[in-house]
Amino acid sequence: MPLLRVRDLRKSFRRPEGDEQLVLDVPAFDVEEHEHVALRGASGSGKTTLLHVIAGLLRPDAGSVVVADTDLTRLGEAQRDAFRARHIGYVFQSFHLLPGHGALENVLLGMLFGPGPDPAFARELLVELGLGDRLGHRPAQLSVGQQQRVALARALANRPRLVLADEPTGSLDARSAGVALRLLRESCTRHGAALLVVSHDANVLGAFPRVLDLADVNRAAVVGA
Amino acid sequence: MSVLTRLRGLLLIVRRSLREHLLSTLVTALSAALGVGLVTAVFCLAEQSRAAFTGGALGFDAVLGARGSRVQLVLNSVFHLETSPGNLPWSAYTDIAARRGVAAAIPLVTGDNVRGFRVVGTSPEFFAVAERAPGEPPALLAGRVFEPERREAVLGASAARGTGLRVGARFHVTHDVSEHGHEHAEEFVVVGVLADTGTPADRVVWLPLEAVFRLDSHVLRGGGTEYRPQDGVPIPDSAKELSAVLLRLRDPVVGLGLDNEINRVGDRATLAWPVDRTVAELFESLGWVSGVLRVVAYLVMLLAAASILASLHNTLRERRREFAVLRALGARRRDVFAVVVLESTAIAFLGALLGLAVHVGVLALAASVVRGATGVFVDVFAWHPVLVLAPLGMTALGACAGLLPAAEAYATDVAANLQRAT
Repeated sequence: MPLLRVRDLRKSFRRPEGDEQLVLDVPAFDVEEHEHVALRGASGSGKTTLLHVIAGLLRPDAGSVVVADTDLTRLGEAQRDAFRARHIGYVFQSFHLLPGHGALENVLLGMLFGPGPDPAFARELLVELGLGDRLGHRPAQLSVGQQQRVALARALANRPRLVLADEPTGSLDARSAGVALRLLRESCTRHGAALLVVSHDANVLGAFPRVLDLADVNRAAVVGA
Repeated sequence: MSVLTRLRGLLLIVRRSLREHLLSTLVTALSAALGVGLVTAVFCLAEQSRAAFTGGALGFDAVLGARGSRVQLVLNSVFHLETSPGNLPWSAYTDIAARRGVAAAIPLVTGDNVRGFRVVGTSPEFFAVAERAPGEPPALLAGRVFEPERREAVLGASAARGTGLRVGARFHVTHDVSEHGHEHAEEFVVVGVLADTGTPADRVVWLPLEAVFRLDSHVLRGGGTEYRPQDGVPIPDSAKELSAVLLRLRDPVVGLGLDNEINRVGDRATLAWPVDRTVAELFESLGWVSGVLRVVAYLVMLLAAASILASLHNTLRERRREFAVLRALGARRRDVFAVVVLESTAIAFLGALLGLAVHVGVLALAASVVRGATGVFVDVFAWHPVLVLAPLGMTALGACAGLLPAAEAYATDVAANLQRAT
């Protein structure tokens, strides 16, 4: 049984014009335990929506999303929230760190809704990512690359089995992107998490052993988007 | 994970958010502080004023005065406010003093002042009979009680402070209760200063009755004709007149009898009995003022709650992303709801604590004004249940004010807000 098993997934949104627009139509998509997979997708291809559905942030109209033997589509919202907190890490393109909190607090907040704050492990993660001397720094006091590493530490804080990353290097310059990508993959490997990245950056995609075109996975993706 | 750990985490989010929005936090907390401070100050001031005025009769049960308003009589003779409603002949004093049911009768003459502090002529017995607290006569801070035949004075504590006169100091009395009257020629010497009693008596300059009768330009009409006292010539009792007579009765039944005899059957004098009920009637007639003040204070509290609501509502737009991120990290809807309610509660609680400081400030100011105008002592730090109830009420109002913004946060569309921000 793969770690992530998506079957017959469909998701539509109502457009302002009133009609329904099919955004996701994924017949089958799997990610194995510890596997690193990249999905190639441009804007409008439904990549963020797919990640949101896999993370349990959105409920699909049909189909199933099974993560670690749990079908998220059968869970209520609060159960999905709890499951996400414990088993899924999420790295956003613009990091989404909470501005009022220091680096360590941002990571601890990632733990708050999961198994509970573990300051020693949070500190260990940040030290591991080279932020040992930036623990109390707020996002505005960190460089973009450092913010990205805090976001990565937060995603790994609850020892998730699956890490989802949406254009994780989209806000970084080429050099920083390379470093961030290496750290992302190394950290996931070290902590035993599978990694699913969506990106349209060739440099990112080139670093992954398995790359899928979102247009092949999602039949509803707008071709050429 | 325990509920306590989760609560501590949520409180950390609240603390950081309050710090992030420090200016609006402080402004809204200050408006809550103003509301709480006003409510507590109005309640405490009303309570203490009432207690001071209804208990400020220095142990006297009744006041006998000229026919007229009982309230005016009490205000003039006990609280040293207003003007005297008229004069009584000396015989009225001797008659009432001779009654078996009257334990003590103290004659008073009012109408002059020393540097704005009212002069009251009385007998030395006043200082033995009056009580600043049950069974406790007014204590002398310095010196002694005046001799009835000499031009000597005993000053209340506030009068001594206000005039700057100490034992041994000499002064002249000004005619009338206004400072702009003419100065009497006779010179008085201060022989005693009373300790603070916290009553209007503190603002009085006490002189011997005889000395007041003999002030130049004073004309006595007790006998129906004008009589001008001459030096060395005893004043006939028939010529003497008084502003009021303070009475201590042996039994309340005596008061009932005197009330009936003087107020209902008689038509020459007025008996204000019991003194505290007369003042209570005055407070009741002025009750609407205190009611209006309370309503205004409550409105300020409500406005403070509304400003908390508006402030949270306004910051919600920028904070939707924050709530969406928390939800993405696994926070449940009820967690973000709790964060907002805790935040509004925290602002209101902070305001409530600051409100106690506002309370002290407002009451200190009011105490100074009330003390200056009436001599009544207002204890800034006196206990009143409103000191707990108002902060609790404000905190509860703050929590309620957070419900609407919390509902908005509860309904935050996670996916849409994460995408919008990306």
